[in-house]
Amino acid sequence: MQQLLNGLFIGSIYALFAIGFTLVFGVLDRLNLAHPAVFAVSAFVGIELVEVAGLSIWLTLPIVFVVGGLLGIIIERVAFRPLKNRPDAHFAGLISSIALAGMFIALLQWRYGPNTRRFPADSFPSTTFTIFGAQVTLLQVAILVISVVLMVALALLVARSRLGRGMRAIAENPTAARVLGINVDRVTMTTFAISSALGAVAGALFAMNVNSAQLGMGSAIELKGLAVIIVGGMGSLPGALVGGLLLGLAEVFAVQYLSSSWRDLVAFGLLFLILLVRPQGLFGARKVREV
Amino acid sequence: MRTNLFTLTAAAGALALALTACGSDDGGGSDAALVGEGTGDDCVIEAEVPVGAALSLTGAAASYGESQQNGLKLAAEHLNEKEGVTYALTVEDDQTDPKQGISLFETFAGDGTSVIIGPTLSNTAFQAQPIAQDEGVPVLAISNTAAGITEQGDYIFRDSLTEGQVIPQTVATSVETYGLENVIVMYSNDDAFTESGYEVMASSLEEEGVTVLETLTFSKADTDFRALLTEAKNAEPDAIFVSGLIEAAIPLVTQARELGIEVPIIGGNGFNNPQLMTDAGEASEGVVVGAAWNSASDNPENAAFLEAYETEFGSQPDQFAAQAYTGMMLIDHAVREQCSAERDAIKAGLGNISEVPSVLGTISINENRDAEHPAVVQVVKDGKFTVLN
Repeated sequence: MQQLLNGLFIGSIYALFAIGFTLVFGVLDRLNLAHPAVFAVSAFVGIELVEVAGLSIWLTLPIVFVVGGLLGIIIERVAFRPLKNRPDAHFAGLISSIALAGMFIALLQWRYGPNTRRFPADSFPSTTFTIFGAQVTLLQVAILVISVVLMVALALLVARSRLGRGMRAIAENPTAARVLGINVDRVTMTTFAISSALGAVAGALFAMNVNSAQLGMGSAIELKGLAVIIVGGMGSLPGALVGGLLLGLAEVFAVQYLSSSWRDLVAFGLLFLILLVRPQGLFGARKVREV
Repeated sequence: MRTNLFTLTAAAGALALALTACGSDDGGGSDAALVGEGTGDDCVIEAEVPVGAALSLTGAAASYGESQQNGLKLAAEHLNEKEGVTYALTVEDDQTDPKQGISLFETFAGDGTSVIIGPTLSNTAFQAQPIAQDEGVPVLAISNTAAGITEQGDYIFRDSLTEGQVIPQTVATSVETYGLENVIVMYSNDDAFTESGYEVMASSLEEEGVTVLETLTFSKADTDFRALLTEAKNAEPDAIFVSGLIEAAIPLVTQARELGIEVPIIGGNGFNNPQLMTDAGEASEGVVVGAAWNSASDNPENAAFLEAYETEFGSQPDQFAAQAYTGMMLIDHAVREQCSAERDAIKAGLGNISEVPSVLGTISINENRDAEHPAVVQVVKDGKFTVLN
C-alpha cells in the first residue's frame, strides 16, 4: 500500500511535468527542450519567495505558476518564433531551446551558486496521516490534488474554451487556422505560457516533495518526461497523465519485487514493451495517410 | 637596413637564449631564494613560497571546494602572520571536471609552484595527480578518501583519512552502542567514492557479525527515496547504513523520518557535513556519522581554528575546511623542517611528519604517505554533532 502511494505521488509529478511537454508538442508539433530548465528555475524561484520574501506556500505556488508562464513566453519569443519560417524549424527550435535551457541554468548558477537548496523546514505543516497502514504527508496529498486539478483544468480548457478550439485548430493545420481568422501567434504564445506554467508548478512541488532543489534536477526528469509522452502518445494529454502514473508505479514496484539496481532498467524496459505493442503510444492516434 | 635586421636577429636570438635559460633554470634561479636559513620556527626564506590549489569551486562538488578554499585561505593568513616564511596561495577552479584538473596541474607543474594541493574529488585526483608525479611536484591531497590515491607515486601525500580508516570504527562503535543485529545497507552505485565506502561498510559489518537483510542501491542524482525506504522499513531492521553524498543524505534522512522509520541511520563520510542539520532539521536527530575531524574536540589548535573561522566567514567550518587548514599547516611544517621550499625538500619534509599537533588531532604521515590520526564517531543530538559513546 505504501509503495502504491509512493508511486502515485511521484507519478503525478512526472505527469504534471510531461503534460506541459506534450501540450506544446501536440498543438505546435515542436519539442521544447527548455521545459526541464523551467522546472529547475521555478523550484529555485519558489524557494526564494518562501525563504526571502517570507510568503506562504499557498501564495508562492500561484506566483510560480505566473513566473513559469512568463518564462514560457520568453522561450517562445526567443527560441521558437524567430525560427518558425525556416524549413528546418523543428530541428532549429529543438536546438535553440536547448541553448536557452543552458542559459537559464547558467543564470541560476550565477544567482544562487551551485549548492543544493531547499524550502525552509517549516514552510509546510508536517502533518502525517496513516491510510491503510501507509504513511502519507499532507504535502503529498496536496501535490496529488494540485496536479489533478491543474490537469483537469487543462483538459477542460482545451476541450471547451475558445482558446482550446484555437489550439486544436492549429494542431490540425496552422495555415487553415490562420485562414479561419485565428490569431495563430497569440495562441502559440499562450500554449507555451500554459505549458511552462505547469512545468513550473511541477518543479516547485517536486523540490518540496523531496526536500532538495539542484541545478541538474531538470535534466534528471527530462528523460522521464520524454519517455512518458512517448508512451502516452505524443501530444495526448490523458496519455501523459496515465504514462506519468505508470512510470511512477513501475519504478516503485521494480524496487519492491526485483531489486533497486534494476529500477531504471525495468521501468524503461516496460516502456519499450508498451511501444512494441502499441507503437503510437497508449492514447496516440495512429496516423492514417490519406491519399 | 641590413645592420638593423642583423641587430634584430641577434637580439631575438639572445632573447630566445635567455628564455630557454629561464625555462631550464626554473629550478635554479628562482629556487635559490626558496632555500632559507635556520630551521623550524627560526627558518627565514626570502622569496614567497608558491602554493597551488586545484579545487572544485563550481560544479557538483562546489560545496566542498568552497569550504576547502576558506580553510586554505585562513591557514595562509595565519602562516603569513608568523615570521620567516610567507606563502603565495593560488586557488584555481577545476569545475569538478577531471579535464580541467589535469590542465591546472600542468599549469602548476610548469610555473614553478612548490607544492600542489588537491584536487577535491578522488575521481579527478586519479587523473590529475600522475602529472605532478611525473614532473616531480609534491602533492598534498586534503579531501581524497578513495583507496589507492597515494599509491600513484612517491610525490603524492594526503592528510585526509580514507573511508577504509573511518568506516570500520563507525561500524564497530554503532554496533556496540545500539546492539545491532539486522541492518539494511543503502548506497549509490554510480559513484566511485560512495561505492568504495559501501565496500568497506559491507566488510566491516561482516566482521562484526551483523546480518545484512537487504542491500539497496540508488543513483547519485536521485532525490526521491520513498520506494527504497519503504522496502527498508518493511524489513524491520535495527539500523540503516548509508553510503551516499550529502546531496542524497538530506532528502533520504527527511523522507525516512516521514515514513516513520525511527531506527538509527548511520552514514559514510558524505554525511559528515553541518548542512545535514540545517537542511534536514529535526529529521537528522540520531543520525550517526564517522568523521576524520572531531568538531567538538577541545584541543587548543581546534579551539583556535573554530573561533578564527567563525569570525572570518560567519559560519561553522566543516571537515573539508579543517582538513584544508591542516594541509597548509603540514606544508609549513615540511618547509620549515629543512628551511627550503624546493619541491624535493617539501616532499622529504612531508614524509617526515610525525606526531604533529593539529586541528585534526595529533597527526603523522605513515610510510604509505597516508595520514594517521584518531577518527571520531558522532551522533546528531539537538542539532549538533556530539561524540557517540
